[in-house]
Amino acid sequence: MKILVPVKRVIDFNVKPRVKADQTGVDLANVKMAMNPFDEIAVEEGLRLKEKGNATEVIAVSIGPQAVQETIRTALAMGADRGILVKAEGPVEPLAVAKILKGICDEEQPGLVILGKQAIDDDSNQTGQMLAALLGWPQATFAHRLELGDGSARVEREIDGGLQTLEVKLPAIVTTDLRLNEPRYASLPNIMKAKKKPIAEKTPADYGVDTAPRLKVLKVTEPPKRLAGVKVKTAAELIDKLKNEAGVI
Amino acid sequence: MASLVIAEHDNKSLKDATAKTVAAATQLGAPVHVLVAGRDCADVANAAARLSGVEKVLLADSPAYETMLAEAMEQLIVGLAPNYEAFLAPATSNGKNYMPRVAAKLDVPQISEILAVESPDVFRRPIYAGNAIETVQAPAGKKVITVRTTAFKPVDDIGSAPVERVELSAEQGLSRFVSEELSKSERPELTSARIIISGGRGLQSGENFHLLEKIADKLHAALGASRAAVDAGFVPNDYQVGQTGKVVAPDLYIAVGISGAIQHLAGMKDSKVIVAINKDEEAPIFQIADYGLVSDLFKAIPEIEQELTRLGY
Repeated sequence: MKILVPVKRVIDFNVKPRVKADQTGVDLANVKMAMNPFDEIAVEEGLRLKEKGNATEVIAVSIGPQAVQETIRTALAMGADRGILVKAEGPVEPLAVAKILKGICDEEQPGLVILGKQAIDDDSNQTGQMLAALLGWPQATFAHRLELGDGSARVEREIDGGLQTLEVKLPAIVTTDLRLNEPRYASLPNIMKAKKKPIAEKTPADYGVDTAPRLKVLKVTEPPKRLAGVKVKTAAELIDKLKNEAGVI
Repeated sequence: MASLVIAEHDNKSLKDATAKTVAAATQLGAPVHVLVAGRDCADVANAAARLSGVEKVLLADSPAYETMLAEAMEQLIVGLAPNYEAFLAPATSNGKNYMPRVAAKLDVPQISEILAVESPDVFRRPIYAGNAIETVQAPAGKKVITVRTTAFKPVDDIGSAPVERVELSAEQGLSRFVSEELSKSERPELTSARIIISGGRGLQSGENFHLLEKIADKLHAALGASRAAVDAGFVPNDYQVGQTGKVVAPDLYIAVGISGAIQHLAGMKDSKVIVAINKDEEAPIFQIADYGLVSDLFKAIPEIEQELTRLGY
């Protein structure tokens, strides 16, 4: 069974994003970029399934400008077998990403697609679910634990009230939550080896997909700022303020 | 054409998130219908019928919808789609799960976690964990929207809309509910509590959360936690407040031993009053706190408890 893992290149999660003065977006020039953290968890889960003998091949896909090749190389250095780079300029919305991934699934016939539950740039939380709908496959989002059985997967999911366990028939879509695993670091020898692993280059047109955005971004602004208040000296003073000044207790 | 709000509930009671989503839907200007999908959930439908501004409630009562599996919800909502222009669900773990499937089937983009309706086709939503706010215009055609419920005030419940049953056959078999392990608590739910007290890594262990419980009991507060505390295994995942956990906006948020990582702040910075208790004076949480107490929490928390007891809480 093949496992497909889509990976997205985003601002490194340690970098505080800055809104551009002209309100057209967030400044990405000269900013450190990295693999979306939820996608790293997805790659790791794919690799663990392969190491357990549940999968034969892990394929990393990324959609974007030539630079997303670095993100695919990161996945290959972690242990993925090969990459697919779908070259597209400008932002590609989740629905277009899902359509391209559907095209890749039709070609590659993976038994499982593991995606990050959301990207930390647009925070959409859509692509996995959309891909599942387009393929007519079952989904298990926000995975906390994943176990493969015979023709099915048992997935423990993080939900608002606690945890929920689902059984989905394969092929299926799984999206990762934070606590599914802790991704490995790529070792130097593996980084060297990754340079020789194949990356196929494609375009959205190869899958018949138009990536022109359908939502129009009118502006991007800073959130309202919250100012620091006062420091209190004692617990008694704190309670007094909450009761008599703020009136919240 | 009308807007359809998909109700959040547990088959017994209607969740507050629904009334807030109805508030957002009302701002689109079209009549609002509410879909209650579940099993033996007539009480929920009756509660939804009382929400002000709701014109009609659709009740899809079937075992297929008992646990709101995404595949079944997609089929149901897409089946109703010809009659509606807009679809809105709260951005709960359910709404986030099924709504993008609906959008994909309708071949429209989804607009996730809206904070405000600027006009019937223009919305504001957070990106980059709330570090930026995007104003987007939806294309003509059907709209699929999830709503960040902390940004909207719930509508009243003084209405009386008719309840109409809908029967749509749902194909099943792709996925199956196995079990659920819900945290049991006598305390209010995190997303609707008026007061929340949250602990971070500074608590040092799960046992030490009992210190916070005593105060939570006195103030009828919900208990929350930072991602660091959840990752360390102090408390279960559903306690997590933050960009990837729950987004909350109570009247009072007390952060104890939480340094204030960006992703935590994204989940609570819209609280009315924020209190920070931390021994590190430089902790970023103090930059957004209305009241800061620089103190060892193991000293401060018992003192707060004593003071509350003294005042008769």
